[in-house]
Amino acid sequence: MNILKGAKGFWSSIVLAVVFGIVMQFLITGEIINFFYVNTLYFIGINIILAASLHLIIGITGQFSIGHAGFLAVGAYASAIITMKLELPFSLGLLAGGVAAAIAGLIIGIPTLRLKGDYLAIATLGFGEIVRIIFLNIEYVGGASGMTVTQLTTWPWLFGSILLTLLVIRNFTNSTHGRACISVRENEIAADAMGINTTYYKVIAFAIGAFFAGVAGALYAHNFFIIQPTNFGFLKSFDILIFVVLGGLGSLSGAVLSAILLTIVSTYLQSYPELRMIIYSLVLIIMMLYRPQGIMGTRELTSFFKFGKSGKGGVNDDSKQPVA
Amino acid sequence: MEFLQQLVNGVSLGSIYALIALGYTMVYGIVKLINFAHGDVFMVGAFIGFYSITILDLGFFPSLLISMVTCAILGVLIERIAYKPLRNATRIAALITAIGVSLLIEYGMIYVRGAQPEAYPGNLIPATSIDFLGVKVSSQSLLILGTSLVLMILLQFIVHKTKIGKAMRAVSHDMDAARLMGINVNNTISATFAIGSALAGAAGVAFGMYYTKIEPLMGIIPGLKAFVAAVLGGIGIIPGAMVGGLLLGVIESLVSAAGFSLWRDGVAFVVLILILIFRPAGLFGKNVREKV
Repeated sequence: MNILKGAKGFWSSIVLAVVFGIVMQFLITGEIINFFYVNTLYFIGINIILAASLHLIIGITGQFSIGHAGFLAVGAYASAIITMKLELPFSLGLLAGGVAAAIAGLIIGIPTLRLKGDYLAIATLGFGEIVRIIFLNIEYVGGASGMTVTQLTTWPWLFGSILLTLLVIRNFTNSTHGRACISVRENEIAADAMGINTTYYKVIAFAIGAFFAGVAGALYAHNFFIIQPTNFGFLKSFDILIFVVLGGLGSLSGAVLSAILLTIVSTYLQSYPELRMIIYSLVLIIMMLYRPQGIMGTRELTSFFKFGKSGKGGVNDDSKQPVA
Repeated sequence: MEFLQQLVNGVSLGSIYALIALGYTMVYGIVKLINFAHGDVFMVGAFIGFYSITILDLGFFPSLLISMVTCAILGVLIERIAYKPLRNATRIAALITAIGVSLLIEYGMIYVRGAQPEAYPGNLIPATSIDFLGVKVSSQSLLILGTSLVLMILLQFIVHKTKIGKAMRAVSHDMDAARLMGINVNNTISATFAIGSALAGAAGVAFGMYYTKIEPLMGIIPGLKAFVAAVLGGIGIIPGAMVGGLLLGVIESLVSAAGFSLWRDGVAFVVLILILIFRPAGLFGKNVREKV
């Protein structure tokens, strides 16, 4: 009975989301909302995918990765090569971006995920920088001057990708594998002792996160007209990290919410770039000093509607310890 | 000879990395925090040095001193305001705060004085060079090398022979035991930040002398590379940071000499990943067994 009830909420939220997507599509094609807002909407969408993908790595599996822009770059360049150089359709480019980033995730994840905490953070940061420097030095993709890309990102593609990302990550979190990942986050040694193959789950979560970051990269590349290695520096990684941390580590809806909020805020502060970064960093510091668990903590948006009824031990359980 | 020449260049560059790396490694050794703002303290040091040379008309050494003192104060302020309240917080919170402080200093600097670069005056010291076994060593390189060597020896003296150095070693060994022994842990940590930041300030002035161009975002890449140097030598170990810095400088110079100058920035991170995979404790570190 419980399963049915959960499934009902699940399907109704999907129907609601699809209705929202179709309405937005009409608003965009009917030119009811102007170009500026459409562009902001696309940015929000791409950032939601990025935040959700990093949430899986940091929030669920507890692996502190700060080189996420590297996967974004791999996805962006891989998809741009598919559509621009090989002249294949965009759908294939989207897939190729994801797969290339996932492979990059496996290559970097298998050796480095043996590291813990700060060391892992620095290794992933180094990876992100290496990716940027590699693209900077490959003439085939334009080197420092970058690569021109036609705009192919449309709302249906973007919306479909967001929906797919959120669905896969939500369902993964609630599956056996997701719970194994959570146990790795809570205590790796204990998880190991309980017979969980911690390395396997860390790498899996890393690869899935990288895949969706790659998809976001493909969408990003085909929305931006030009991609340059400087777009994927570690400031970009920090941006994504900030979405996840500000939203609350371990909360998918928190990550999505803060991605939306911060994208809107930074769009409005676009004309004052220094001030924007100063406000950004002050918010970050003050948030960490006074509310280190983020806006949502580890709770999800849905848990606010089920007063006191959240299942014990699940992802929505409020009694959990904050992420280390 | 070309090889030797590059080696000399590498050592000059490496001594700058070593100076920054010392701050990273001391702070990490004592509070287990990657102080991302350290690279920006280095940047502030370069600017203070620049302004005291151009506006106050001071020579190299007085500017160096002013820069070191200002950076030491800045370091203590950062520690007291941003890091001290988080001493018992999670590692992630501390790391995010460090990133926040770093961004705040960078963009605060841009906000205050604009993003345009400045050029260090070249006539600060006589531009002669000494020929030694066919290798040309410029007076600037010598000055930088000499300054860093003196500062490193001074640091060794402070850490090993003075009371505050003893306290620093005690706190980095075991903070709680040190507190029980009557050591003022907060002051010791502040002193560590002060010394580390002063070294970063000196490195900033040296960097300005060597590369002449300074700008508000210049601290990011040298900061990261200095961190790589600290990890290379074994983080938390002071001689390790010196050797790591020099080694990294030499590796970089040799890579650019081999004709891959565009890959120079990448090499540091390749070194980082290799060292983390094969010897995560660093060259000088000991493997610590994990206890449950």
